[in-house]
Amino acid sequence: MNDRIEKRIELKAPVARVWRALTDHQEFGEWFRVKLDGPFVPGQVSRGHITYPGYEHLKWEAVVQQMEPERLFSFTWHPYAVDSNADYSKEPPTLVEFRLEKTPTGTLLHLTESGFDKIPASRRLEAFRMNDGGWTEQMKNIENHVAKKS
Amino acid sequence: MHAPLFAALGDETRLALLAQLSAGRPRSISQLTRGSTLTRQAITKHLRVLESVGIVHGVRAGRESLFEFDPQPIVELKQYLDRVSEQWDQALGRLKSFVER
Repeated sequence: MNDRIEKRIELKAPVARVWRALTDHQEFGEWFRVKLDGPFVPGQVSRGHITYPGYEHLKWEAVVQQMEPERLFSFTWHPYAVDSNADYSKEPPTLVEFRLEKTPTGTLLHLTESGFDKIPASRRLEAFRMNDGGWTEQMKNIENHVAKKS
Repeated sequence: MHAPLFAALGDETRLALLAQLSAGRPRSISQLTRGSTLTRQAITKHLRVLESVGIVHGVRAGRESLFEFDPQPIVELKQYLDRVSEQWDQALGRLKSFVER
């Protein structure tokens, strides 16, 4: 069990190109499938609505955190907020960070989404797993169970 | 939705209680207190926290009240994280096509 999601992807495009695709609100909207009301500005709320087929009724809302040109773009939001009747504002938001790194062939994009907990519970949970055979066994059962379902 | 679960797990005493319960057998408060330096009241309080997020359930066995482990909230949390992860895979795939075209 982890409190964060991490992805790495190699893109065969220059860092400047990737940076634009991430931070130009229209370009971002094209691949993310969201229609944004205006440009991303650090410290400001970004609003819009999802254009992904079947999810058009959903609003997009994020707070832009950091924009360090060609290095780091981050925002906070409520992930997977697919229930339009639910009030997600009371839940703590997660932090999405896109980090860019130049490679010989293009750009390495490192995505993290963190803050699924507000406290370092996962680390404790990890320690717990290592300390107790019963729990390790239980976690294995859980993983098998989930793997079967998906 | 998920933060309370993490919060409930973010405590050494509660993790230790879960470790005992996840071994499989439901246990009474007395049994759980025996292996601990904490008082019965303190243990009860921690069990209530675990109960409030559904990871522990109280069951009755005769006159005794026992507590048992329920992995379901953790299963759901994992499924939730898997869905978010899958969405990122799709979004990043679209980003890749977008910048490489």
